[in-house]
This record gives sequence, structure tokens and C-alpha cells, in this order.
Amino acid sequence: MTTLKPVDVVIIGGGFTGLAMAKELTARTSLSVLVLERGPLRTATDYAASMDDIDYSVRFRMMQSTADETITHRHSVRDAAVPVRQYGSFLPGSGVGGAGEHWSGHSYRFTPEFFTLRSHLAQRFGASRLPDALAVQDWGVTYDDLEPHYWRAEQMLGVAGKAGNLGGKTVDGGNPFEGPRAHEFPLPPLKLTYLSSLFSEGTRKLGWHPFPIPSALPSQAYTNPDGISRPPCLYCGFCNGYGCMAGAKAQPSNTILPVLERRRGFELRTASWVRRILHRSGRVQGVRYVDPKGGEVVQPATTVVLASWTLNNTRLLFLSGVGTPYDAATGRGTLGRNLTHQVRGGTRVFFDRPLNGFMGGGACGVRIADLDGDRALTGSDGIVRFGAIQVLTQGDRPIATFGTMPRGSVKSNWGSEWKAAAMRWYDHSAAIDFVGEHVAWRQNFMDLDPTYTDKFGDPLLRFTLDWTEHEHSQRRLADARTREIARAMGAQAEDIPATRGRYNVTSYQSTHIQGGAIIGTSPEWSVVNPYLQHWDLPDLWVIGASAFPQNPSPNPTLTALALTTWSADALIGKYLKAPGKLV
Amino acid sequence: MRRREFLIIPAAAVGGTLLHLIARKSAHVDAQSGNVKVPLRFFTAEEARTVAAACERIFPRDASGPGATDAAVVIYIDRQLAGPYGRDKYRYTKPPFVASVPEHGYQGRENPRQIYRAGIRELGAFADLPVDAQVQKLASIERTSFFELLREHTIEGMFCDPMHGGNANLVGWRLIGYPGPQMSYRDHVDQHYGRAFRPKITSLQQLVGRAAPAWEDEAE
Repeated sequence: MTTLKPVDVVIIGGGFTGLAMAKELTARTSLSVLVLERGPLRTATDYAASMDDIDYSVRFRMMQSTADETITHRHSVRDAAVPVRQYGSFLPGSGVGGAGEHWSGHSYRFTPEFFTLRSHLAQRFGASRLPDALAVQDWGVTYDDLEPHYWRAEQMLGVAGKAGNLGGKTVDGGNPFEGPRAHEFPLPPLKLTYLSSLFSEGTRKLGWHPFPIPSALPSQAYTNPDGISRPPCLYCGFCNGYGCMAGAKAQPSNTILPVLERRRGFELRTASWVRRILHRSGRVQGVRYVDPKGGEVVQPATTVVLASWTLNNTRLLFLSGVGTPYDAATGRGTLGRNLTHQVRGGTRVFFDRPLNGFMGGGACGVRIADLDGDRALTGSDGIVRFGAIQVLTQGDRPIATFGTMPRGSVKSNWGSEWKAAAMRWYDHSAAIDFVGEHVAWRQNFMDLDPTYTDKFGDPLLRFTLDWTEHEHSQRRLADARTREIARAMGAQAEDIPATRGRYNVTSYQSTHIQGGAIIGTSPEWSVVNPYLQHWDLPDLWVIGASAFPQNPSPNPTLTALALTTWSADALIGKYLKAPGKLV
Repeated sequence: MRRREFLIIPAAAVGGTLLHLIARKSAHVDAQSGNVKVPLRFFTAEEARTVAAACERIFPRDASGPGATDAAVVIYIDRQLAGPYGRDKYRYTKPPFVASVPEHGYQGRENPRQIYRAGIRELGAFADLPVDAQVQKLASIERTSFFELLREHTIEGMFCDPMHGGNANLVGWRLIGYPGPQMSYRDHVDQHYGRAFRPKITSLQQLVGRAAPAWEDEAE
């Protein structure tokens, strides 16, 4: 085994959070910063040749290969886990930029009460009325702490949107239920597709407040505070699942990497697969990784930042023996707890007019938050949190959409009769999505699988995860609400009732898997402190959505970025001056 | 080394640009018969005939327009099976293989190539059956993994970019008015509300001016 020349900081993972942390460190210190990324580096030229449905949407060419590493899943501790052999209910990215290359660009802030959810729910419903299995937590960092960091992230990405709450004052056209913003968005909203216009009109008729989805697809040419310029979104429709061929969508590769490439002290190594974080006597020593030639090398480092997304963050902590594994039976231990995903539902709707749904982008859409969180709940709904409702026009392609028709249109799903009906309904349907909050439950967690291993022979991460009565109730309520909206939009809704099925690893929910290394104010119930510093190893920082103790309806990326600069401020401003535990 | 196998297509049935697109190279137009010989990568000629006949029943040419044979769907499937997908290069294939609940998806050991080989054997002399009998035969295997794959792949072969061998001459996209990849809808995305907007159809190669690297062409 080769031992390389030591560096000051190793960052594991070259995605949004890892590169954002590298950007802060190289701007504000003279430390040597090494990013280890296990996938390849792709360029904008690669993306121009990638507007291909088969390779990217059907075969997932940008995603992590399950042959290298996957997860196993079981519904409960009583079941045997089996591997997720192919995706999937979520789609992890690989390569420089990670999932930030193929993301949809939804750039929300979480609402203030979400950061103190445990206290909020106790106050709202009464602590004694909350279910025993509810594992939601307060973060130990508040919306007010993060507001300036949200603004920094919004400026870096060039988020297009409309404020609904400027300094506590409600503004028409935005989301009136969001937390107060100190600034209007850097850019005005994206253009409105036909579907979005129908949804906006329909929900307004119902007395709700539609707002444009905040988007990292810029509505106009934009230059950010780092001097990085990007062209406006072209609405080509090859967006989620794809790198942007125009370089418009904010991606780590076109927004952060160009800044880092000019920085002395920065180094990026690709095809470098970290297998262990090395530590002794409560101090980090570096990492061990497999280099591009397949050799095992030791990279000594003074500080390690783990930034490799929820799954790999959690798994590397397990594999490296850092922290205390969570025990669902006793509730003791912390590593792996509070695994959450996303509660999706809604209805498919059919129109008598064509939608031209092939034009659009990942974040082209409109949402209502009138029912989000618990603001519309009465206390007798059987749920403590609900979610948002939206439509999206992300760029329909026929391989996925051909054959979508009202239930019972034809008997068979092949042959002449089917073909004619599929042609009749082609480009005439869309989804009204329920994007539900997934509250954390004590029985949903991650640990290492006892049977299955990755390409190196290391144990896979195991999910124990299933939907509860709470999520079924969320979907049932969403079903009723989305049908009302369908009628108000002049559409025919699908007559299939909301599913009560178990968690299904084959049907896409979102790539918003969260938890495992959660943030909190005590090592008794969290893995990292409110600055994302590991409770046990002060020179190990674990950043990203692995820190989120519960899963809100809004998408996680902007919060992951805001939390990264919040963490960087503590790392640089406090920890480096006096290395040790900050809390 | 496998014996060279070809799919024979009447040149009259296909347009001039198609010859290059689906044959890439080494396509031979026989001057006397007017047939094109497309080299096969995975299927034998006989297997290709069976699969092509089955795809045509799933997506038939009829009064509503062209079907799977017109789109050369079988060429698409042949290339997918010959490539990394066909041999499960990117699927998790470590044992133990255990039966599980439907929520865990396909847990089998067999890769798409093996599923096809077994399925084709099951279809027997399918291509020589009368249409009604073909329909009955397919209906009898509707719930098998083979049929599910065949149906998915037929739709993929109808509507894929022609770089993958299907959607020959863009017949699939023309059938429904899907424009294929386009550089920009910036001037159109908030126009045409409620009216069909159908820009000129382009393939990826036409759009970017060069052949894109298809995943199925990746070296073993």
C-alpha cells in the first residue's frame, strides 16, 4: 500500500456540497484541499451529445452503476433484505458534480418551523398526542441562521423565482407561506408552460396561491458573484437525468468547478474510490482509497470532509467504524437513524387539447404550498404533516409517455386497438403531483447488510423502510385535493384511488433520500453537531442531506448548499483557529 | 467468433438515408433483389425474424400508421442485447439470488440475452403462423418477463433516436409528431397554448452534426 504526501483537507465526493466546501476553504485559507471523486469528469461537449432518451432516461447512463455498489432493502426488521438490482425509486449520480449534474434545479428554502419540527409539533398538537414512533427532531440551527446562506446559494446558482415574503411582507405572485427573505430572487421566474398556466388558473379559482417553482435554470443570462456567467435556459426538455447541453442549468461542473480550477491549493482526483476514513484515538488520520489504476493508497490528511451524499456518507461512517450504530429496538445509538425518502402521490389528468409537453425543463412548473406542512390540518386528519401540490413540464418523451391513457380505454396494452388509443392520448396527459413531507419514524433506518457486498467486497448499505398509515393518509388526502384541482383545470382525472402499497424500490419517488448522519444538539440523538462536525471525531465533518433529520416537501439541494457554507464558516472561523469540539 | 448473420430488408421499403443510419457500415444493397443486408450483432437471422414478427404484433402497421417492422425495431433490440445492457454489465448481479416481493423488482439471475433466447425458443415457428395465431400465442405469454421486455423494447425501438437502430427514417416520431431533440424552445414554450406545435423533426446526429457515442457500441 502506497502512502501519499499528506494534505490539509481531504473532501470525499466531488458533488455540490463537496465542491462548495472546497470553494470556501480555498478562498479563505491557504490550506491544501484535495477532492476525491469516484466517478469521471464530464464536459459540456459530452452533454451536447447526450440528448438521448435511451441511454440517459431509460438506461441511466449518468447514474451510479448498481454493479459497482447498490443498497439492499427490507420492509421491516422481520424481513430478509434483497439488493436493489436496478434503479429505481431514486437515482444517485456519479462523477464530478454528482446528482447536481442531472438534477432538476428546484431551489427551495425550507420553511422556518421545519428546523424546529419537534418543538413545533409539540406546540401545535400537544407533545402527548404525537405518535411514539415519530422521530422528527429539531436541527439546532434555525432558518434565521441560514437565511444569509440561502441567499449566498441563490446568488451562486442564479435562482429564478418570485419572492412571496420579503422581510415579513407578503408579495403577490410568490409563495406567501415561505420564510421571510431579505432579498428578491436574483432572476425573475421561468416562462409559463401551457400546463403551468392551466394549473395556476385552476388553483387560483379554488382560492389557493400558485407560485413559480424556484429554479436553478436561469430565466435570463446570469453572472454570479464569483464571476461565472451562464446563458438562459432554452427549455429543450433534456434536463433531469441529463447534464445541460447549453451550460445553463447550474451544475457543480459549470458553476463551482471553474472557480476552483483557478485556485492554488485545490486538487481534484477522479476515479478515486474512498473505502475507509482512517482514524485513531479520536483523531482523523486520512483516508484509504482505490486509485484509477486499482491500487490501494493511503492519503494522510489533518481534516476530512465527508460529502458523498446521504447513502455513501452513512455507509462510509459504518465501514470506518465511526460513531454508534442505531438500534431500532432500543432507540439507542445514532448512526443510520431517521432514514426518510419522499411521499409521492397525486393523480394523472387528461385534457382534450395537446400540451406540447416536450418543451420545458426540470424546474418548469408551478406549485401551491397552501396545504404544505401542517397549516391546513385540523388535528383530526390522522396526520401531522402534509405536503405541496405541483405540476411540472420537464420535457415529455414518447418512450415514457406513449400508452398513457384513461384507465379502461382499451383492454390490452399492445396491438392495433391499443396503438390507436395511445396515439389519441399522446401529449394530452400530465400529472398533478403530490410532493409529500416524509416525517421520520423510529423503525426506518440504515445499517450494513450482512450478506451482500460491493465490487470491492465491502458490505452494502441496508435500508429498513416502509410506508406507514401516516403516509397512506397523506396520499388519500392528496388524492382528493388533486382531483379538485383537476376539475378546476378542466381536466379529467384518473379514477385510480391513492395507493396503499408498500415501499417499492422500482418506482421513482425522488432522489431525496435523507438522514443517517443527522444534525442535532446532543450526541444522544444526532451524529453531527449543529455545525456538521462529527460528535466523536472533531476533525471529521459530514455535510449534505445525510444531516436532515426529516424530509420536507421542498427539494433539498439549496438547503444542503446553505448548510455547507454555514458549516464552512464554523470550520474556517472557529475550528481551524482552535481545533477541537465546537460544541 | 460467431458466424456473420444478417437481417434482409427490402430496400424499396426504406428510404435512402435509412440505409446508412441502420446499417452504419457494411450494408450491401443487392442490385438484383433490391434487398439490404443489415449485419446482426446478437440474433441469428432466424431469431431476428421471430422477434421482428412478434414486435409487429405488439406495434402493428395498420390504418393508424407504420409499425415495428417499418421502424426496424428488431435492429434496435439486437444492438441493445449485444451491448452492455444485454449482458447486465451495469446491473447488480451478485448472488444469492432469492425470490422476493414484487416491490423489489426483477431479482432473477438471467440477463436480457438469456431471457430473449429462452423466450424465442418458446415462440417456436412464430413468424410462419397466421396473424390470428400469432396474437393468440403472444396473449398466452403476456405475463412473462420475456413478453414484458419485448413490449418495452418495442416501444423503445419505435421512439428511440435512430442512432440506436430503431425509429428508422424517424417513422416513430413522425407518427405522433414528436420533434426529437431540439436546441431551443425559448421562443415557443409559452406560446401555442392548447394548439399542437409540431416543429421540424430532427435526430441527434442532425442536430449536433456528428454521430453521438451510443452506449451499446461500448467495447466489451
